Amino acid sequence: MNAALLQVRNLRVEFGGQTAVRDVNFDLFSAETVGLVGESGAGKSTLARALLRLLRAAHGSVELSGVDLLKGPAQGVRAQRRNLQIVFQDPLASLNPRMRVGDAIGEPLLIFEPELSAAARRRKVAAILERVGLSADMASRYPHEFSGGQCQRIGIARAAVLRPKLLVCDEAVSSLDVSIQGQIINLLLDLQQEMGMAMLFISHNLAVVRHLSHRVLVMYLGRLVEVASSETLFAAPVHPYTRALLAAVPRIPPLAALPGRPPLAEGSLLAEGSPLAEESPLAGLMARGCAFRDRCPYALPLCASSDPPLLEIGAGRLVACHRSHETLNPLS
Amino acid sequence: MDPTLSVDELNVRFAHRTGTLEAVAGASLRIEPKECVGVVGESGSGKTQLFLAAMGLLPGHAKVSGSIRFAGNEVLGAKAAVLNRVRGSKLTMIFQDPMTSLTPHLRVGTQLSEVLVCHAGLSWSEARAAAGRMLERVRIPDVRRRLQQYPYELSGGMRQRVMLAMSLLCKPELLIADEPTTALDVTVQAQIMELLRAARGETGMALVLISHDLGVIAGLADRILVMYAGRIVENAAVTELLRRPRHPYTAELLKCVPSLSGPLLARMPTLAGQPPQPGEALQACPFAPRCPRAADRCRVERPALAGAANASVACHFPLS
Repeated sequence: MNAALLQVRNLRVEFGGQTAVRDVNFDLFSAETVGLVGESGAGKSTLARALLRLLRAAHGSVELSGVDLLKGPAQGVRAQRRNLQIVFQDPLASLNPRMRVGDAIGEPLLIFEPELSAAARRRKVAAILERVGLSADMASRYPHEFSGGQCQRIGIARAAVLRPKLLVCDEAVSSLDVSIQGQIINLLLDLQQEMGMAMLFISHNLAVVRHLSHRVLVMYLGRLVEVASSETLFAAPVHPYTRALLAAVPRIPPLAALPGRPPLAEGSLLAEGSPLAEESPLAGLMARGCAFRDRCPYALPLCASSDPPLLEIGAGRLVACHRSHETLNPLS
Repeated sequence: MDPTLSVDELNVRFAHRTGTLEAVAGASLRIEPKECVGVVGESGSGKTQLFLAAMGLLPGHAKVSGSIRFAGNEVLGAKAAVLNRVRGSKLTMIFQDPMTSLTPHLRVGTQLSEVLVCHAGLSWSEARAAAGRMLERVRIPDVRRRLQQYPYELSGGMRQRVMLAMSLLCKPELLIADEPTTALDVTVQAQIMELLRAARGETGMALVLISHDLGVIAGLADRILVMYAGRIVENAAVTELLRRPRHPYTAELLKCVPSLSGPLLARMPTLAGQPPQPGEALQACPFAPRCPRAADRCRVERPALAGAANASVACHFPLS
């Protein structure tokens, strides 16, 4: 395999003594899509922001093509910013309401390609607008004139206009209706194919992550607890947290499972005794041991005293659980 | 016996800079006692406006026509004093954002007790005890401390539990839950859905579950109403709707929901086009511009919602 595009090593982010992201390690390859899932408060967005140096990391390194983004003055990193772009959840809030969308999309060009003439810049903006499914004449309009889905297209155009090497999508489709969500995801996939960029796709929508990602990182209270290919993770999750998380997703029963009148309204979405029946504890409360142990039905005394390391249990398959080598009974 | 809620030919309109905005257009529905009805539709399809109208909570500038009867009594045009006797007691509603639904400067215990003091004539100390018992029923641990806290001290899931407790205090006949879990994590969502299921079993109330997520609704509802551009376009028992959707919109919507099982898709299935924007001029069938089955008739003649009480569709060319 080629060298990784992005290498994250021992990344730690702290807020006032509380650890939000704890010693996270992973690689991201060119043209790869990596999903990042977990409950709110797991540290997904914090991790993403630390990668882009929008937040200060307490410790660790983030190397993009061999350059450590966390070292040295922020000014020095700025040149790398063109390779790292982000699309946020709320499409309207992430656009300046007083800036015409053409200017918003053109601003990254103004900063990183100042040699471009105004006309050349306008041509690039027009091209990317059309590329994301809008029309070139929309450049003179303001964000409030667009729907949520269109605003997200504008946000993507702004992020993609520099042809970044890595695009971080932080809940980029979460606020969109399901009919629009698919259009935006397909647009991201097309752009990825054209530009060969890597994507870090943060979402709480596990079904979307499943179809979109090559690999998935599962995060719990600031730590990575499982890493696997999308196919493996969703077919056979190993970590008790991943298993409980997947079990909590409401699903539409497949049509084949609907003979006559199935007992749809009976049975429980969240099985009695599911480890996730109670709320998630706060990050940072557990200085030692496995962070999931209080909610874990398989916890051993060992889990309270020692931190389970993220270990490889198969090809490209990492799990942080003391019992990952055992065959655990399925959750009831 | 009267249906718990009956809505006839309801129209809700707002003035808009481009003319009139039809938020709800000719909606009729019945909700029977103990029934759980799911309402799905994209943002702007009118699902919230329809049920705000049922609560008598539309803003003053809304133009409303038609009829809404709760337990046999007309809601539209009723005086606030009359509505307030049932609102919050027999007819309750919880919303997507539990933070803005709770009063920020009142302790949780005060807000809950107030409901019983106003509606059930309990003393404050009796009400407080009942409020505590209700918090236990929605599985809030450490109730004594929680009653003393302010909303900002609770997590999103806790706040929604408090809202749910509040809505159940007076044993409602109908609870309207408007996107109750949209702002919550999948795990907290499962907890809240479980509580709604339990509450329904214990109280025998009717439940309206509004959501844009079919998966959330499919687990709980007996029947589903599908809305598009202010109109109810399909109404069917949940299994029928999932197995044999009849409106092309319902069918397309179902195809768009990504699944957790089955083959991995290289591209997401999509619905072409955009939902109509506020103030946009609609065709006779508002779904026609995005519909794979649309014909000339769809652009000139509005399809009426036709069929049986629990299997109706508003389409000239329904799927069979």
